[in-house]
Amino acid sequence: MADDTRNILDEVTGKEYKYGFVTEIDTEFAPPGLNEDIIRFISEKKEEPEFMLEFRLNAYRRWLGMKSPEWAHLNIPPIDFQSIIYYAAPKAKKELQSLDEVDPELLKTFEKLGISLEEQKHLAGVAVDAVMDSVSVKTTFSDTLAKHGIIFCSFSEAVKNHPELVKQYMGSVVASGDNYFAALNSAVFSDGSFVYIPKGVRCPIELSTYFRINAKNTGQFERTLIIADEGAYVSYMEGCTAPQRDENQLHAAIVEIIALKDAEVKYSTVQNWYPGNKDGEGGIYNFVTKRGICKGNNSKISWTQVETGSAITWKYPSCILQGDNSVGEFYSVAVTNNHQQADTGTKMIHIGKNTRSTIISKGISAGLSNNSYRGLVKVTKRAEGSRNFSQCDSLLLGDKCGAHTFPYIQTENKSSIVEHEATTSKISDDQLFYCQQRGIDAESAIGLIVNGYAREVLSKLPMEFAVEAQKLLSISLEGSVG
Amino acid sequence: MLLQIKNLHAQINGKEILKGVNLEVKAGEVHAIMGPNGTGKSTLASVIAGREVFEVTAGEVLYNGKNLLEMPVEQRAREGIFLGFQYPVEIPGVSITNFMRTALNEVRKYHGQEPLSGAAFLARMEEKKKLVEIQSKLTNRSVNEGFSGGEKKKNEIFQMAMLEPRLAILDETDSGLDIDALRIVANGVNALRSKDNAIIVITHYQRLLDYIVPDIVHVLFDGKIVKTGGKELALELEGKGYDWIRKELETR
Repeated sequence: MADDTRNILDEVTGKEYKYGFVTEIDTEFAPPGLNEDIIRFISEKKEEPEFMLEFRLNAYRRWLGMKSPEWAHLNIPPIDFQSIIYYAAPKAKKELQSLDEVDPELLKTFEKLGISLEEQKHLAGVAVDAVMDSVSVKTTFSDTLAKHGIIFCSFSEAVKNHPELVKQYMGSVVASGDNYFAALNSAVFSDGSFVYIPKGVRCPIELSTYFRINAKNTGQFERTLIIADEGAYVSYMEGCTAPQRDENQLHAAIVEIIALKDAEVKYSTVQNWYPGNKDGEGGIYNFVTKRGICKGNNSKISWTQVETGSAITWKYPSCILQGDNSVGEFYSVAVTNNHQQADTGTKMIHIGKNTRSTIISKGISAGLSNNSYRGLVKVTKRAEGSRNFSQCDSLLLGDKCGAHTFPYIQTENKSSIVEHEATTSKISDDQLFYCQQRGIDAESAIGLIVNGYAREVLSKLPMEFAVEAQKLLSISLEGSVG
Repeated sequence: MLLQIKNLHAQINGKEILKGVNLEVKAGEVHAIMGPNGTGKSTLASVIAGREVFEVTAGEVLYNGKNLLEMPVEQRAREGIFLGFQYPVEIPGVSITNFMRTALNEVRKYHGQEPLSGAAFLARMEEKKKLVEIQSKLTNRSVNEGFSGGEKKKNEIFQMAMLEPRLAILDETDSGLDIDALRIVANGVNALRSKDNAIIVITHYQRLLDYIVPDIVHVLFDGKIVKTGGKELALELEGKGYDWIRKELETR
């Protein structure tokens, strides 16, 4: 690579994180550390019913006997779970009845992040649940949605108001002992979003949750549960940011999706947690378990993710295709820069007959980062006539980063077809020169080329998100031109 | 004087390619640079455009009186220099429309102009597409991806038409073109001739010059311009071959 290209690359990879500010707000903390008392404290704070406390304690006891997974292509420094604060909540003076009662500092924070919580001002067609640290601050449009029988609220409210649904579905896709971080989350999760779309209802607006870590030394452990009843449809978006801090912060979330017969759930994520600085200091450890089950026949779950943040990402949004003719999709763009590490991909488990899955993964590595795709396609004996198509592409910017692909394929019947394609490419000096010769500077050219490379995935995002994601891709790579 | 090249020397990986080129181009002129393979024609085009793999070791290049060699590649482009590539590169996923809009707005920004509105941009695209007879669908495709040789070259001329450069350098635009494509490309170029801009056509063959009639023809040989004449020089070369130049040089 020519020297100039290298210089430009270095420049691009050195850009600042835009959401690194801290909100000064009165926050209530649990003492740091993890033990049964802390779990009881969280459960009590949230005025939970007995079954929730039992669920948490069971998970905690299982977690104690588990080990942090070591199979990923990641270098994870030891995490001191006793130094983390497991509950932090912006202090609310009383029960909120309307937006006027929300702390203006909180409103300002979300405003600054581009999220308006004032419904009349908000982008038409998007309802938002805003979560700061451990609690949900505000859910917009709840009343409008209720008219359709749709439940969209914070997880805590769901536990209080719809315990039967929570009891029936929580932990049904990701069991509390599924893995180390899922067990941890199940023990200490504090809030998150809950969605229920009743039979035959097509959710008229996009639902979205915005997660924000603010307080220092705290972990964020949220849980999202989405249930689409028979013939229902919902499109759900998730965004996240965190302040810029020198120490690492832990984020261990769980997302469970249940799609019953003929239902469809589209889940989109733009993950932009603080990635750490240029020298790899600070940043979020993002250990997330996301899984959906296509329980009924002809159901569909689609994951789209744009991953640009976090110091370490460990995340495999997956589909269990149980119903016959059910469909699972995974579209991913993962960008790593500087010292970021990502090990991300999906699992498609074909159980029902004639089930279909599509995996499109686009990895972009720059700086000194490492970016791995890890995916499992499993076709069981019963899943006759099933099909999978996987395409995993890697794009390298510069010559100091790494891209890796770990596809696992297991098929147990002969009538199924599994296809896997993979490519690795670099942005060439010729491409850059061509753009520059047309008047486009190298940095903009990289943005253009990277967005073009990721287009197939970006086109799957809801409109409101696609624009943000495009900008984010360019910003994440600013300083990395090569 | 639009372009003034004085005693230009350039090398790549320590090998000298240009060995003292002198060239003057005025606004309104069309120049043809001819010569056998490997004599430095494409290198000259690359050096003017600012390709960094070539190192300029001596000489100077003035563009509109400004020192061109000090400008970064994109600034030269914004100042109105356009290079029609011999081998246009593919940019997957980036549509021609998006690419051109980005480029055009960058150029406009440089000159302190507002970005072109969507409607104005599309109108301009339609007009220029007609000029080079490219199909409407082509501009929705990724830049040069899966294009035939002819489509790539037409796309270069289309981009030139969109950007309206003051100095266009066409590097062997005729190579790989059938006779129909050649005519279309030439028509595109001729439509852009004006008293304010200049065009340098680099070619092996006289064939293209039947369609784009040059004012001045140069022969580049072994890194230097060794002969300059009117359009009849091209015909003479076609008849006598480059050996004629070689022999003439030896007897000098």
